[in-house]
Amino acid sequence: MSFGVLERVRKEFLRPGRTVPMVAIDEASFAFEEGELVALLGPSGCGKTTLLRIIAGLIQKTSGSVRIRGEEVDAPHPDFGFVFQTPNLMPWRNVLDNVLFPMEILRRRDAAAKSRALELLEMTGLIEFEQARPHQLSGGMQQRVALCRALIHEPALLLMDEPFGALDELTRMEMNDLLLDIRARTRATLVFVTHSISEAIYLSDQVLVFSKRPARIAEHIRVELPYPRSAPTRYVPQFTALERRASRALGVLHEPADAAH
Amino acid sequence: MRLTDLLAGDGWKRLLYPPLGIALALILWHWVCVQFGISTTVLPKPGLVLDAAIARRALLAAESWVTFKETVYGFVLALALGVPIAVAITASKTLNLMFAPLLIALQSVPKVALAPILLVWLGTGIESKLAIAWLVAFFPIVVDTAAGLQSTPRELLELARSLRASRWQIFSKVQFPAALPYIVTGSKVAVTLAVIGAVIGEFVGSSEGLGYLLLTATSQIDSPLAFAALFALAALGILVYLAVVAAEWLLAPLLPPAADRRD
Repeated sequence: MSFGVLERVRKEFLRPGRTVPMVAIDEASFAFEEGELVALLGPSGCGKTTLLRIIAGLIQKTSGSVRIRGEEVDAPHPDFGFVFQTPNLMPWRNVLDNVLFPMEILRRRDAAAKSRALELLEMTGLIEFEQARPHQLSGGMQQRVALCRALIHEPALLLMDEPFGALDELTRMEMNDLLLDIRARTRATLVFVTHSISEAIYLSDQVLVFSKRPARIAEHIRVELPYPRSAPTRYVPQFTALERRASRALGVLHEPADAAH
Repeated sequence: MRLTDLLAGDGWKRLLYPPLGIALALILWHWVCVQFGISTTVLPKPGLVLDAAIARRALLAAESWVTFKETVYGFVLALALGVPIAVAITASKTLNLMFAPLLIALQSVPKVALAPILLVWLGTGIESKLAIAWLVAFFPIVVDTAAGLQSTPRELLELARSLRASRWQIFSKVQFPAALPYIVTGSKVAVTLAVIGAVIGEFVGSSEGLGYLLLTATSQIDSPLAFAALFALAALGILVYLAVVAAEWLLAPLLPPAADRRD
């Protein structure tokens, strides 16, 4: 039995003044194992963020099933961590207090929590900024704080919604390597949304390519490139071939299927 | 900013120029009085106002104290009632639908027009002035607090919700701190309005306070005293405003940097 199983997940939104609901996601089925890194890749506004929020239990699905460790998800679970597209730090708290926010909510803010927070800040290169306020940090640094905040309560599943989408290309590549590093150390299971083809392939064990609205899984790509991955990985023929396959599935590359071979 | 920072570079201009501006205005005032032979009843010379202020300082201080109390009580009451009401109408959709339109309708009533009615209800003592000061200060606090509570980023609320935070945790750790800068902004507006409210109350019916002193001085054609009362009123307005600024300064560790704020 897989760690996470989604079966025929469908989400409809009612539109004011219309009788026909809008279908955001349809027939989404896939499974992932513990410790796997899964990318939901698709065009902006296709409904993949909606799917991520359903997995998080933040919104209700119309039909289908989402099971994590055999349990149906229909409400938020404190064993999940969430990273948003923008850092969303609290401007009135310093970096350390921002990271410790989930532990406060879970009523577990103790010495152990603090030392773990410092450990995470060390790992993400932010230890010197422990007392800094969010506005004193760059966008990339703020997103690293948000990452620490999502990891502080050692969630079994980390959900990320276009976590590096607002960053410049170089910072984004650094963050990709940092994420792989964190994942190797924490063995966290990760599901993340992205609209970057190379980011999806570089990071993931499996990539689910979504079509335009309503989002349906157009292609299921298993990335067999070995970990640890690093910059040269981006240039191996297999990587390029996978990028090509994802591009075709997204409809941004028009060529016969056999042209790739 | 520290004094040493002020004095460094162009800082001395910040210290020197404002008093210079005031001095120029006073000289101009005096010159206009002398040059055009304006009677003391219409516009007393600044020197005469100062004389009156010194001669009647005990009276001015006593009346200022009355108006100050009315203002502060009215403002504190507005804060004590305005914030919880804003919390209630943002937390409950039912309360919001029921009372938000009523609040907006009430806000558009000129509060000054209510002064005579409040006087009938509460008499000519401090209660009616306090009520008017409260009334004018109340709305900016409710409106700004509600706006602040609603400005909480949706993602932060989702983050709290994803950790199964209680409503109290969400309010105390997320919504209220997010609203705090707005409450401070609302308070700055409210406290200056509260002074106006108190004076209007005194105008409509009172036997004490700076508004009352201003009325009696003008009816006795004692213009220097009326002007002295006016200056006392201005000083009082500045004082209460500075008190809110001081509170803001004390809250600084909880507030985002000034550049991110609306005011």
